[in-house]
Amino acid sequence: MEILLAFLIGGLYAAGFYLVLGRSIGKLIVGLVLLGQAANLLIFTAGGLTRAHPPIVPEGALEAQPPFADPIPQALILTAIVIGFGVLAFALVLVDRTFQRVGTYDTDDMTSTDA
Amino acid sequence: MRSLILAATARFLLPILFMFSIFLLVRGHHLPGGGFVGGLVAAAAFVLYGIAHGVEEARALLRVNTISLLGVGLLLALASGLLPLAGGEAFMTGLWFQHPVPVLGKLGTPVIFDTGVYLVVLGATLTVLFNLVED
Amino acid sequence: MTGLFTAVFSGFLLAAVAPWVHRLAPRRSGWILASLPLALTAYFVLHIGPIAEGAAFRAGFSWIPFLGIRLSFLLDGLSLLFCLLITGIGTLVVVYSGGYLKGHPELGRFHAYLLMFMASMLGVVLSDNAIALFVFWELTSLSSFFLIGFDHERAAARAAALQALLVTGLGGLALMAGLLLMGRIYGSLELSRMMAEGSGPLQSNPLFLPILILVLAGAFTKSAQFPFHIWLPNAMEAPAPVSAYLHAATMVKAGVYLVARVNPLFAGSPFWFWMLVGAGGVTMLLGACLAMVETDLKRILAYSTVSALGTLTLLLGLDTIRATEAALAFLLVHGLYKGALFLTAGAVDHGAGSRNVAELGGLRRAMPITALAAGLAALSMAGIPPFFGFVGKETIYQAVLGSSAARGLVTSAALLANLLFVAIGLIVGIRPFIGALKETPQHPHEAPVDLWIGPLLLGAIGLAAGLVPGAVGHDFVLRAASVVMDRTTETHFSLWHGWNTAVALSLVTFAAGLTVFAARHPLSRGFARVSGALAPVGPARGYFRILDGTIGMARGVTRVFQSGYLNRYLLFVLFTTVGLAGYTLFFRARLSWPEEVLHVRFYEAGLVAVMLVAALTAIRSRARLVTVIALGVVGYGVSLLFLFFGAPDLAMTQILVETLTVILFVLIFYRLPQVIVLSRSAGMRLLDASIALACGGLMTALVLTAVRVQWRPSIASYFSEHSLSLAKGHNIVNVILVDFRGFDTLGEITVLSAAGIGVYGLLKLRSGRGEAP
Repeated sequence: MEILLAFLIGGLYAAGFYLVLGRSIGKLIVGLVLLGQAANLLIFTAGGLTRAHPPIVPEGALEAQPPFADPIPQALILTAIVIGFGVLAFALVLVDRTFQRVGTYDTDDMTSTDA
Repeated sequence: MRSLILAATARFLLPILFMFSIFLLVRGHHLPGGGFVGGLVAAAAFVLYGIAHGVEEARALLRVNTISLLGVGLLLALASGLLPLAGGEAFMTGLWFQHPVPVLGKLGTPVIFDTGVYLVVLGATLTVLFNLVED
Repeated sequence: MTGLFTAVFSGFLLAAVAPWVHRLAPRRSGWILASLPLALTAYFVLHIGPIAEGAAFRAGFSWIPFLGIRLSFLLDGLSLLFCLLITGIGTLVVVYSGGYLKGHPELGRFHAYLLMFMASMLGVVLSDNAIALFVFWELTSLSSFFLIGFDHERAAARAAALQALLVTGLGGLALMAGLLLMGRIYGSLELSRMMAEGSGPLQSNPLFLPILILVLAGAFTKSAQFPFHIWLPNAMEAPAPVSAYLHAATMVKAGVYLVARVNPLFAGSPFWFWMLVGAGGVTMLLGACLAMVETDLKRILAYSTVSALGTLTLLLGLDTIRATEAALAFLLVHGLYKGALFLTAGAVDHGAGSRNVAELGGLRRAMPITALAAGLAALSMAGIPPFFGFVGKETIYQAVLGSSAARGLVTSAALLANLLFVAIGLIVGIRPFIGALKETPQHPHEAPVDLWIGPLLLGAIGLAAGLVPGAVGHDFVLRAASVVMDRTTETHFSLWHGWNTAVALSLVTFAAGLTVFAARHPLSRGFARVSGALAPVGPARGYFRILDGTIGMARGVTRVFQSGYLNRYLLFVLFTTVGLAGYTLFFRARLSWPEEVLHVRFYEAGLVAVMLVAALTAIRSRARLVTVIALGVVGYGVSLLFLFFGAPDLAMTQILVETLTVILFVLIFYRLPQVIVLSRSAGMRLLDASIALACGGLMTALVLTAVRVQWRPSIASYFSEHSLSLAKGHNIVNVILVDFRGFDTLGEITVLSAAGIGVYGLLKLRSGRGEAP
C-alpha cells in the first residue's frame, strides 16, 4: 500500500507542479490545491500506515492499545487542512482582484510589480 | 438560482447542523470531532442558509459580525492559555474542574481553548464566504 | 592600565555626543571638542619618558574568547610616535574645523566623524590583536568615507567617497585574510606573540608569499601606493581639515604603520624587499611628477603626499637601521609640513576664494600670518636648513646611499623626487604669497585665529625640531625604529654632520629644485602630455572599467534570475531542488523498495486510479466546472484514504473543507473568463512537464525512503500514555491539538484569522478607495 500511495503522491505533485508552471493563473491555483493535498498525504504516509485503528484511548483503558495510527502526523495535517483552506481563499481572492486590476489572466504578462 | 426546495431544506438543516457542530465540539476531546471540525460544520450550515436565503438573512440569523466572532475566538483561546499563569503554572497548562458537569462532561481550559478554535474557524470561514457572495 | 582603553574609547564616546555639544555652543564647538585630543596629547606626552627608557604599556581583555580574539592594546615606541601625531595634529584640526566650517548646518556631524576617525586611528596603532587592528582599520576607512562624502549633495564627492571606500575596504579584506593566515601559523592572533616567535615559522611556511601579498594589499591600498594611489587625489573632495588630517598626516600612514609593525616578521625576504622598494619607488616618482601637472593647491598637495608615501614605503623596504630611522623621521617631518600646507591651502581658499595656483599671488600683505605658516612649512618641505625637513632629507640620502641593492637607481630616484619636492614646496607654500597681488574671486582677507593657529604651530614645530633634532630623534625616532627593526639603535640625529655625500646631494637637490621651479610651466606641460597619453591604460580608467564591469555583471545576473516570469523563477527553484535533493537521495541514501506492511485492497487501488485520472483531468480540462469537479474528486479521495487508515478526524475535516472549497471555486471562477486557453509552445510544455515529472518522481522516492525509516518506540507512545492521565482526553489527536501542542494551534488559528481578515481587506479595499475598477 505504501508503494501505491508513494506513486499517488508523486503523481499529485507532478500534476501540481505542471499546473503551477503554466501560464493560466486559474490553473496555478488548482495546482496549489493539488500540491497541498499531496503534501498532506506525504506526511500521512511517511508517518507509517495503520488500517482502521484511530488513535483513541478506549473507554476503561489507560492508554491506546497498539496497533493504532500515529496521532502526530494527524494533528499536523488537521491544522494544515484548515489553514490550507484559509490560504486558498486568500489566493483566490487575490487572483480575482489581480484580474480585475490588470485585466489579464496570464502570468507571463505579470512581469512587474506595477499594475 | 433560488430554489424552493433548497430554501425549505436549509431552514430545517440549519438548526440540525448547528446542533451537530456543538455536539462535535463537545465530544471532540474523547471521540473524533473537536473545534476545527465543529467550526467547519457550523460554517457549512450558515453558508448553506446564505445560499438559499441570501447572505443578508444569514447574517441576521447569526446576529454577530463574523470578524468579531473570529476575534472573540482568538481571545478566548489566548485567555485559556493565560489562565494557568494566575495559578503560577506555565503558559497553557491544562486546568480541570474536579467534578464533571452534566451533559458537557469534565470542563477545563483545553475545552475553552477548543471553543476558541471553533469560533475562529467559524468566523474566518464565514468572513471569506459571506463577503465573496456579497461582492 | 585602563588608560589606553580610555584613550581609544573616549573618542568614540565624544563623537556620539558631538552633535549635541555643537548645538549647545555652535560658535565655540571646535575649541570645546578639541579639549579631548589635547588631553590625550598630554597623556601620551607623559609616556615619552618611560618609553624612551624602553618601557612598553599593555592593556587587554578577552573580547570573543571562543575565537581567541582579545581586545588588547600595546603602547611602545612605534605606536607612541603615531599616537602623538594623531592626537597632536587632531587637536589643531578640530579647532581649525570649527572655524573652517563655521555656520555650516552639518558641522556637528562633521565633528562626530572627525572624532570617530581619531579614535579609530588610535585603535589601529595601539591594537596588539590582529582582529582588533582590522576592525579599527576598517573603521578608519568608514570614517574617511563619511568625511570625503561630507558634502554629499555633490556627485563628485559621493563618487570620491565611494572610490576611497571600495579601494581601501577591499584592501582591508585582503589584510584580514592575511592576518588570519598568520594567526593560524602562529597559533595566536596577538602581534606581540608573533614577534616573540620570530620570523621563522612564517617565512618557512608554504603560504608565506600569499600572506605577504595579502598584507601588502592592505597596506598599499591604504597608503595609496601605485596602482592604488588613484583614490587619494579624488579624496580632495573632502573639506581642507580632512585632507590635512586623514589624507596627509595620519590615515594614509596606516599602511606605512602596518608595514613597519610587521616588518620583523617579513624582513629578510627578497619579495618583501622588492615589493616595497619597487612599489615605493614607482609611487614616489609618479606622485612627484603628477603633482607638477596639477594646478589646484589641494590636488598638488595630494600627489606630493602620494610621493611622500612612496618614499616611506621605499625606505622601510630597504630594511637598514638608517633607512628605518629615515622613514620614521620623514614620517614626522611630512606630517608636520603637509598638515600645515593643507590647512593653509584651506585658509587661502577661505580668504581669497580660489585654490588655483595660477590665480594666486601676492597674498602676503592680506594674509600675513597664513603666509608665515605656509612659508615655514614650505621651507621644511623643500628641506632647507635649519628646518626639520633638512634633517629628514639628509637621513633619507644617507639611507639610500647605504642601500644593499640597486643603490644607484634608488639614490637617483630619491634625488629626483626630492628636487621636485623643492619645486612643489615653493609652488604651494611661497608662490601664492609673493609677487604682485592677483585678482581673486574674493577680496583676500586674513583668516580668523582658528584657521591660522594650527598651521602656524605645525610650521613652528617643524623649525624647532630642526634646531634640536637630537631630542626628537632620540625620544621618538630611535625608540620607534628599534621596534621596527626589533633591536636597539643608537644613531644620533643632528643638523650638521660635516661635509659628506649626503650634503652634496642636498646642494644638488636645492639647485636643481630651483631650476625646476623656474621652468615649471614647460615642465608641467610636458608631464601633462605624457600622463594624458598614458591615461587610457592607467589605473584610474581601470577602476571605472572594473566598477562598470561589476555593475554590468550584476545587471546580467539579475536579468536572468529576476526576470519577472513566475515560470522561470519556479523552474530555477525546482531544477535546483530536484538536482540537489535527488543527488543526495540517489547517491547517499541507497534506494530500495520498502517491505509492504499493508497489502493493497482492490477498492483502494481503484480509488488511487480514480484520483490520478482526476488529477490528469484537472490539467487537461479547459472548462471551469470540469476542473472544479476533478479537484473535488481528488479531495474526497484523500479524505477516504484518511478514513481507511485510522484518521476519522482528518477525514471529517477534509470532507468539510472540500465542500467549502468547491463553493469557493464556484464563486470565484464564475467571475473569470469563460474559456481558459493559455498554452505555451510544445517545447516549453515539454520542459515544464519533464521538470514536473522529475519533482513527482523525487517525491515518490522520498516517500519510499521515508517509510523504511520507522522510529520505535515512536513519540506516539508518549502521547498515548499521557493523553488520558495528564490531559484527560481519549482522542489523542484532539489532545495534541488543544493541550500538548496547544501553543502551535494558537499560532495556526492566528494564521487562519489573518487569512480571513486578508480576504476581507482585499474585497473591501477596492470599494472603499474608489480606485480603478
